[in-house]
Amino acid sequence: MTKRILLGVVAIALVVVAAYANFFIAPTERTMGVIQRIFYFHAATAWAGEMVFFVCFIANLLYVWKREQKYDWLGVTCAEVGIACITIVLITGPIWAHPVWGIWWTWDARLTSTFVLWLLYVSYLLLRTLIEEPGRRALLSALFGIFAFLDVPLVFFSIRWWRTQHPAPVVMGGQGSGLDPTMSKVFFFNVFVMHLFCLFLIVERYIVEKLRHDVDLLAREAEVQ
Amino acid sequence: MKNLDSVFAAYVIGWGIFFVFFISIVRRTSALRAEVDRLKNSLERK
Repeated sequence: MTKRILLGVVAIALVVVAAYANFFIAPTERTMGVIQRIFYFHAATAWAGEMVFFVCFIANLLYVWKREQKYDWLGVTCAEVGIACITIVLITGPIWAHPVWGIWWTWDARLTSTFVLWLLYVSYLLLRTLIEEPGRRALLSALFGIFAFLDVPLVFFSIRWWRTQHPAPVVMGGQGSGLDPTMSKVFFFNVFVMHLFCLFLIVERYIVEKLRHDVDLLAREAEVQ
Repeated sequence: MKNLDSVFAAYVIGWGIFFVFFISIVRRTSALRAEVDRLKNSLERK
């Protein structure tokens, strides 16, 4: 309990520090101006969301291999947290795009593959509501989760493989890419904070699955008596 | 400063989504804890 509260307090405190850094420490970008400050939140949330889906993928693989409930709980937990992150990415992206591109949305490779990623994990959660038997639900959703994760590398490499509307990568983008050193520090601090905040959400959401299991056990016990 | 309202909108909506998600977790957790307590009490009474 104490460790959970401590994690929450530290994560939220660092979120405030990150917001301060985004607005007051990072320099204003020369061509885009103040609107570029969305990048620190948008891209860091995208990185964290993709990492959370990677954890979901590992949990799904482990469930298929070991058939232990804890991996099913971790899988659904990460799917929900990842969807929250990608929802934010899909909303903050167009808010940045409208003044910069003059359009809210375009079906380019990065935007489309990200939207497909969101749809895949929403389908993962919907699939779970359609299957009543717990073992079958866990196995089928784990298999679907493994398939859904195939889109994550596609999202990551889409701006490296195809040159479309979305900006080219400024981090790990090869020759000619890169960020101002202060911008880079602020960005990686945001990435760290967003991962920590997602860890906090995962810990809290995992407890819901554990409590659901306890309720099922107690209800069955009550039925027997 | 041009577009500052869009920047604020992005941050407020983004953190708003995280906040709503966190509140939904808290509500589900407290409802399930109450259900666990209720079931435990009914089992003890039997």
